[in-house]
Amino acid sequence: MGRRIRVLVGKPGLDGHDRGAKTIAAVLRDHGMEVIYTGLHQTPEMIAETALQEDVDVVGLSILSGAHMTLFPRVRAELEKRGLGHVLLTGGGIISKEDMQALEEHGYVQLFGPGTATDDIADWIREEMVKRWKNEEIPL
Amino acid sequence: MSETETAGTNSKRSPAPAGGMDPRLLWEQALAQAKLREANFSTLSGVPLEPLYGPDDVQLDYQRDLGYPGEYPFTRGVHPSMYRGRLWTMRQFAGFGSSKQTNERFKFLLEHGQTGLSTAFDFPTLMGYDSDHERSLGEVGQVGVAISSLMDMETLLEGIPMDRVSTSMTINGPAPILLAFYIAAGENQGVDPKLLRGTVQNDILKEYQAQNAWLVKCEPALRMITDVMEYCAQHVPKWNSISISGYHIREAGSTAAQELAFTLANGMEYVRRGIAVGMDVDAFAPRLSFFFDAHLDFFEEVAKFRAARRIWARKLRNEFGAKDPRSWMLRFHTQTAGVSLTAQQPENNIVRTALEAFSAVLGGTQSLHTNSMDETLALPTEKAAKIALRTQQIIAEETEAAHVIDPLAGSYFVESQTNRLEEEAEAYFLEIEKRGGVVSCIEQGYIQREIHHSALEYQLAVERKQKKVVGVNIHVEELDAAPEIELLRIDSEVERGQHERLAELRKKRDSSKAQAELDAVRDACRDGGNLLERFVAAAHANCTLGEIAEVLRQEFGEYEEPRII
Repeated sequence: MGRRIRVLVGKPGLDGHDRGAKTIAAVLRDHGMEVIYTGLHQTPEMIAETALQEDVDVVGLSILSGAHMTLFPRVRAELEKRGLGHVLLTGGGIISKEDMQALEEHGYVQLFGPGTATDDIADWIREEMVKRWKNEEIPL
Repeated sequence: MSETETAGTNSKRSPAPAGGMDPRLLWEQALAQAKLREANFSTLSGVPLEPLYGPDDVQLDYQRDLGYPGEYPFTRGVHPSMYRGRLWTMRQFAGFGSSKQTNERFKFLLEHGQTGLSTAFDFPTLMGYDSDHERSLGEVGQVGVAISSLMDMETLLEGIPMDRVSTSMTINGPAPILLAFYIAAGENQGVDPKLLRGTVQNDILKEYQAQNAWLVKCEPALRMITDVMEYCAQHVPKWNSISISGYHIREAGSTAAQELAFTLANGMEYVRRGIAVGMDVDAFAPRLSFFFDAHLDFFEEVAKFRAARRIWARKLRNEFGAKDPRSWMLRFHTQTAGVSLTAQQPENNIVRTALEAFSAVLGGTQSLHTNSMDETLALPTEKAAKIALRTQQIIAEETEAAHVIDPLAGSYFVESQTNRLEEEAEAYFLEIEKRGGVVSCIEQGYIQREIHHSALEYQLAVERKQKKVVGVNIHVEELDAAPEIELLRIDSEVERGQHERLAELRKKRDSSKAQAELDAVRDACRDGGNLLERFVAAAHANCTLGEIAEVLRQEFGEYEEPRII
């Protein structure tokens, strides 16, 4: 048995659309990951604090409020403040291609848009983590 | 991938029955031999479908179950003339950026033949925060218009005659505060509140269940709703004090039956609350209105609208003892299903929306919003919003479908789906009652869990290709990853502009008067005085949304969602 990937699924901001976040949380759990769901209306500080306390490998943010250009960088900054710069930050939502590219170019995240199969997200997370753990030479 | 050859139920029709053999048996045999596209066929909600419906599938007593339009149980419609008298209200939900920008969009839509206004607010407004609150950072004007004060509301409605236009406001937790801004804006325009027409969504129960924009705990939130019902019955008699909404329940992933059941269960809870504070059911029930989703399963949706009318009429008359026929009538607004739209090949969304809108019209809706094709990517551009409005106009003016009332009545299939949905809803009503009622079900997370399970099941069905979505899991085009359509962008200037307006408002107003009104709100929270009355006074004193909401949060406590995941 390999090490289990720990994922925090977060809903930052005032956005109440949690269908996607809950769906992805349930699917990642079915893929054998340990999933913590933050619940709604979280500030970037709250998400980073939970990530720290729960010692997660991955933070996935779901944002359908249009505030992604503000929230992704703020969560990234709060993670770094707590020495969690290594955490894999990803997410999805109603985010235009242009904004996705901008966020990805700034090195914040790999993002997933509407219509993405949940299995693809789970596979991507697993591959990324396997790569990272190999580099860290942590036994799998 | 998939065979397009269909096993038409009629294509293999046999010649005249030989030797008097039962025609149904002959058909069944022919069907059994046919090659079928799929092993199982089901509605969008996953309910199994028969290949053919006939008289044996429908138990119907015409007068008891259908009746005539404008008559109990209203299955066929709430008005005797339906669209022959007046078409449905074309009411496009709009709102983005500043109150000035949305005011311009409102005027644009009115100039193009829209007949009512519908306001979308941004998240800070929906959650009761001013635009300059720390939690509003990055969200101001993004998914709707930012309204923090009476001044913003007045800008929103500038040049729009409030006595002649009906306005819908999609807001819930802080709904009574926004309604107060609206009433006060009307008064400043010289319009008597008695002439104001419109709807405030004000449906907090479905917020806890699905849409998640709440302000305070359940019980005080319900008290504010009865305050609105009482105040409106007296002072704003043409206003719909609540729009009981299934839309968000469906969008959150429920089935059609769950949308129907949870919405009507919420509606019945509001009726109970109204009666419990001493109101006569006929004093407020005629001002309750509903709001449903129109999804892609055309027949299931038409059946849902018909079932909704019948169930509501039966409950109000038989269980709540309402005497006024207007109390029995379920009047509703419909919006096409945002969740059915795809970011892939977005132009296809025009077609999806047209089909959904058509089901709402054949289902007898009173008003309709059609989504724009670009809404899975951003808020709609002017062009996309206009196509959406034109879609309704084409249905109204070109299809000739609005001339006949409830045209699908009597269809074995539609009637059997109508009956089936009523039965499923009744089963949920029993379950909810068994669990101690709607509020208790929310606190246990029961309704949220039911919706979540349906959402998950549907997602997995799409991924297994049991449910097809063009552009997503069938007829996929590799090159469409970056759609080449224009998108609306919200300038960050909007947020800065709002900060300045609020600073100016706070400097200019009589601050001791504002404080006195906030204190009066606090007193009313404690002594049970009508809160809407206090909010109207606070609005005139230029208290902001966030200031009033903060008093409520302090007095009533913030709501915390139960964990279901």
